Amino acid sequence: MQSTVGSDRVQRFGRVQRLVHRTTGWLMAFCAGTAACLYFSPLAELVGRRLLVVAVHEISGILLPVPLLLGLFSAEFRADLKRLNRFAKYDGEWLRLAVKRLKSRPAGKFNAGQKLYAAWIAGAVPVMLFTGLLMWFGDLLPWIPRSSAIFVHDWLALAIAVVVVGHIRMAYRDPLAREGMRTGYVRLSWARKEHPRWIDPE
Amino acid sequence: MSENEGKPVGRRVMLSMLGLGAAGIAAAPALQGGWQKLLDADPVGVTELLPNGGGFRYYSVTASVPVKNEANYRLTIDGLVDKPRTFTLAELNALPQRRVVHDVQCTDGWKVENAAFTGVPLSTLLDAVGVQKEGTAIRFTCFDGVYTESLTLEQARRPDVLVALKLQDQPLSHERGGPVRLYIAPMYFYKSAKWLSGITVTERVQQGYWEDYGYAVDGWL
Repeated sequence: MQSTVGSDRVQRFGRVQRLVHRTTGWLMAFCAGTAACLYFSPLAELVGRRLLVVAVHEISGILLPVPLLLGLFSAEFRADLKRLNRFAKYDGEWLRLAVKRLKSRPAGKFNAGQKLYAAWIAGAVPVMLFTGLLMWFGDLLPWIPRSSAIFVHDWLALAIAVVVVGHIRMAYRDPLAREGMRTGYVRLSWARKEHPRWIDPE
Repeated sequence: MSENEGKPVGRRVMLSMLGLGAAGIAAAPALQGGWQKLLDADPVGVTELLPNGGGFRYYSVTASVPVKNEANYRLTIDGLVDKPRTFTLAELNALPQRRVVHDVQCTDGWKVENAAFTGVPLSTLLDAVGVQKEGTAIRFTCFDGVYTESLTLEQARRPDVLVALKLQDQPLSHERGGPVRLYIAPMYFYKSAKWLSGITVTERVQQGYWEDYGYAVDGWL
């Protein structure tokens, strides 16, 4: 079922998934980086150039969902989204074990944590896009106060920062997982350990 | 494949986030009021990094702004006036001061309640140089080299328009637009130009920096 290279590697991601992930990551970095330069006084004092920073923030923000939307043209990418969406019984088990900080948790191609992260960020980005557009074009929906849009945009930005830092920390702690996102292939031994139900579906 | 069975939890989480966002927008006015109260009750300042903590936010339209002090600061008043003049910081400090307490409100939604600015009323300076009768407006320039603002002469003569030297009874810091900034209490804060260095009396209103990007020339609160 999986295409393997030799016998110790298995393909985890095709070109489309890797490209979508990489471009989304860069756009998020630009978006969050410019946000910090607009928001935190010490950084704002260092960088200044408010108009330029705002422009980069707006453009990277608008483009943030584009890689994923283009990815939808690929059947392989859609199949992964489907996997992320569905929660099997063992995903509940994974979460219970994760709360107890226990290792060797059951998971399919994506573990329950990855599924929750993907779903959460997929819901958070449209909210940021909507509130951001309201700030950008104030007369878009005049019955929504600008200050309300800013309130949601600011607080959700903070939540996204925390969650994305968590996401990066997980990746940082697992070089073999990063290798999968970088090259498309992972070690079979790693896959058996981290994603047993993906390698041997029962 | 067993991976595609099970409940669509992902979709539910995503839609819940969208719902939360909508609820957040609806509940924002109430939540904001409560949050502001909490901030005001925070004497330690741990909330400094959270949204709207710490009051003022720093905006600059240039890459860097020179720091001016007692020694090298000058305020020039020229244009359609009888006696063009340059003031040092000491000379400005020696003039009669007025303290104006008002809420500062930025178009970006943040607000500082009861900010106390102290400085020389703009009308005092205009009287000192003598405005000629063709003069109907003021153009303000700043030592960041880029920012500009404007007022009509009538607006400029209001008692709550200051050439501010102090904030909360402390000398105005560089970050807050010091040593001298404009403070126009009844208008949005972009009108209160930081790092003020020039006051020119003009024949008509010449719109300022942000007005060129669509901001209102009369930024009344």
